[in-house]
Amino acid sequence: MDEPRIGVFICECGVNIGGVIDCQAVADYAGTLPDVIRSSVNKYTCSDSGQSEIKQAIKDNNLNRVLVAACTPKTHEPIFRACVEEAGLNPYLFEFVNIREHCSWIHMQEKEAATGKACELVRMGVSRASKLEPLQSNEVPVTNTALVIGAGVAGMQSALDIAEMGYKVYLVEKNPSIGGKMAQLDKTFPTNDCSICILGPKMVEVARNKNIELMTYSEVEEVDGYVGNFKVKVRHKARYVDTNTCTGCGLCVQKCPVEVPNIEFNEGIGTRKAIYIPFPQAVPLRAVIDKSVCIDCGACSRACSSNSIIMEQEDTFSELDIGVIVVTAGFDVYDPEPTHDFGYGLYDNVITGMELERLINASGPTMGKVVRPSDVKPPKKVGFIQCVGSRDKKRNRYCSSFCCMYALKDAQLIREKYPDSEVYIMYMDMRTPFRNYEEFYDRARDMGIRFIRGKPGKVTENDDGGVKVRVEDTLTNDIINLDLDLLVLSVGAVSSESTERIRQILKVSRAADGFLMEAHPKLKPVDTTLDGIFIGGVSQGPKDIPYSVSQGSACAARASRYLAQGKAITEGITVEVNHDICVACGICVPMCPFQALSIEEGKLNIIKALCKGCGTCAVACPTGALQQNHFRNDQLLAQVKNVFTFEE
Amino acid sequence: MKMTENKQWEPKIVAFCCNWCSYGGADTAGMGRFQQPASLRIIRVMCSGRIDPLHVFNAFLEGADAVLVTGCHLGDCHYVNGNYKTQVRYDFMEDMIKELGLEPERLHLSWISASEGEKFANFVREVTEQVRKLGPSPLKPEGVN
Ligand code: SF4
Repeated sequence: MDEPRIGVFICECGVNIGGVIDCQAVADYAGTLPDVIRSSVNKYTCSDSGQSEIKQAIKDNNLNRVLVAACTPKTHEPIFRACVEEAGLNPYLFEFVNIREHCSWIHMQEKEAATGKACELVRMGVSRASKLEPLQSNEVPVTNTALVIGAGVAGMQSALDIAEMGYKVYLVEKNPSIGGKMAQLDKTFPTNDCSICILGPKMVEVARNKNIELMTYSEVEEVDGYVGNFKVKVRHKARYVDTNTCTGCGLCVQKCPVEVPNIEFNEGIGTRKAIYIPFPQAVPLRAVIDKSVCIDCGACSRACSSNSIIMEQEDTFSELDIGVIVVTAGFDVYDPEPTHDFGYGLYDNVITGMELERLINASGPTMGKVVRPSDVKPPKKVGFIQCVGSRDKKRNRYCSSFCCMYALKDAQLIREKYPDSEVYIMYMDMRTPFRNYEEFYDRARDMGIRFIRGKPGKVTENDDGGVKVRVEDTLTNDIINLDLDLLVLSVGAVSSESTERIRQILKVSRAADGFLMEAHPKLKPVDTTLDGIFIGGVSQGPKDIPYSVSQGSACAARASRYLAQGKAITEGITVEVNHDICVACGICVPMCPFQALSIEEGKLNIIKALCKGCGTCAVACPTGALQQNHFRNDQLLAQVKNVFTFEE
Repeated sequence: MKMTENKQWEPKIVAFCCNWCSYGGADTAGMGRFQQPASLRIIRVMCSGRIDPLHVFNAFLEGADAVLVTGCHLGDCHYVNGNYKTQVRYDFMEDMIKELGLEPERLHLSWISASEGEKFANFVREVTEQVRKLGPSPLKPEGVN
């Protein structure tokens, strides 16, 4: 190894670091450390001028190692690696020290301690930098196919965009039809377009696209491999119907004697049969048998003229070779039942916003008649309570972002349908950002919808089945008692169990709110920290339709970079064996979760392409023959040692 | 800058953090500005499964007042099951530090996800408090800072 010549660059990050840490003092201290040839302070090291300064310093001082003390490597390491590479250095000769997230931001009041700690962090980094060695990144080929998990509006958009770029897409949907939650909605704000009228054609487009292989009623079971080379196992659940011959005529449905509540599509309002077509515009328009309630009477079979009923059908599996993965696995609406929020589940006439969507929908169980569940009569006085389950430290701390808008929409629809009705919206804050949303709010006011700022304290049931809501109007300090025929709870979004299942299979991170976590909240909103895996739609966090669609497209664009290039770069951080020391004991072999290690003819064999560089095998090696590149023992121990200094 | 001016003893804690979860948790603590004592020195590894008992004992021998072993929650390991191996190794280390005559409060294991910034900060606060009460590690070599 050549003599280390280290350049140290301390970043002020404006006042983010510079406002707490005495950066010049840290740079001066760094200058006293072994192998440090030069050290300096930059206002913004990552800026163009900051980077040029690094490149210039490499040339001027013949530097062969670079250390930047700034923010987190999780976002900025690639930037600086590229920077030193442009100056002719191997990118792995770069060392990052985090003095922002791990120092200035968490010791804002203790400037001296923060400066002292920054010095020590830099000292640790310098010791490691002097032991860094050049490494080669690996190039892996990328299979030119994409997997999109979840065929709601975000997933459909993503699949269409990728397919239209010319790549094969497997679109996997757990339900028997695509369309997601949007298919259940009546109208969409702020234009009040009919939801299924705009979604339906898109669903058909997805089904017709030659590059999209639609896998409905299917679930991803296993995912192995890495960017460009994922091996995916998909389960196709038995429908007990031959989808190739079934025409969706529905004769079987008419004849089926078993009726159960339609939970899947109508939120439990109305019924469906044991054999059913999910909804009139379903894609594919094919029947499916719910075996958990089917009595095997065979009525459907006799009714079916194309002999499509196959009672002995079993689940089948596909094994797919996939290059990139997009996850748009959807969400659940918050369920107020277990905690009986505002009497939900106790009083018949307290319903959720989603239930109202099905009631108000022309093709819903009541043909669009809004009725109160207790007596099936149209309600005269309707109230909405906002933020149910949301913005609440005990439930979900976040704002679900679309509930204000859907309440405004549904309130307007009720007023339009029933001009005699009175509609009240009880809210803490109305949140209506984005184009035409505020105007939509104004329109609701103009239509005579009454807004009460306050969270109801008490909801009780009246003798006539109506509900009494007691609420303090916090603008006038009046206590208001409202007698309502129907109370609608504006419930928000929660992460769904199926999203959690996929998350665990893929090892994507979860944010504190339970939704999937993006690689960076601002700059990588649809990337994950895993190469080749992207997230969008409400599985990433609550959002409305346009935002979901944009994210679907964003995922497609990000994912197809890999497809277009046909290759991906994987880290050079793999494990290395010193055959002189290795005794081929094989202890390391079962440690590797990726089967990268094997003993062949008395010798340890490493398949570099399989090694993901976790380094757990290196810990197990009893002779020290295995070392993880870039995290070798001597590099880590140098850091450990340099946490401390000796008194002279 | 002189590092050795007569300062009062402050605990020094070495934390090994995995790149994907617990290092991210430390980042999130920073982004959330969760203030914590300046006692922690983080060493980043790719996986908690890379944390070698050798590193941990070295940290104690060099002068650490406490050592934290951290990683992703079980089931969330970016490398499938590295943290299960960490757990096994940790159990061994727990026994070992007693042999070395150290108080068990000086070694901790915690699973912290990238979103758990507050948890990370609280963890640092708690351990620092415990160690403050215990005083400097008996293994700390004379004259170490
Ligand atoms: S066999 Fe099952 S699905 Fe078919 S008609 Fe009878 S109950 Fe309905």
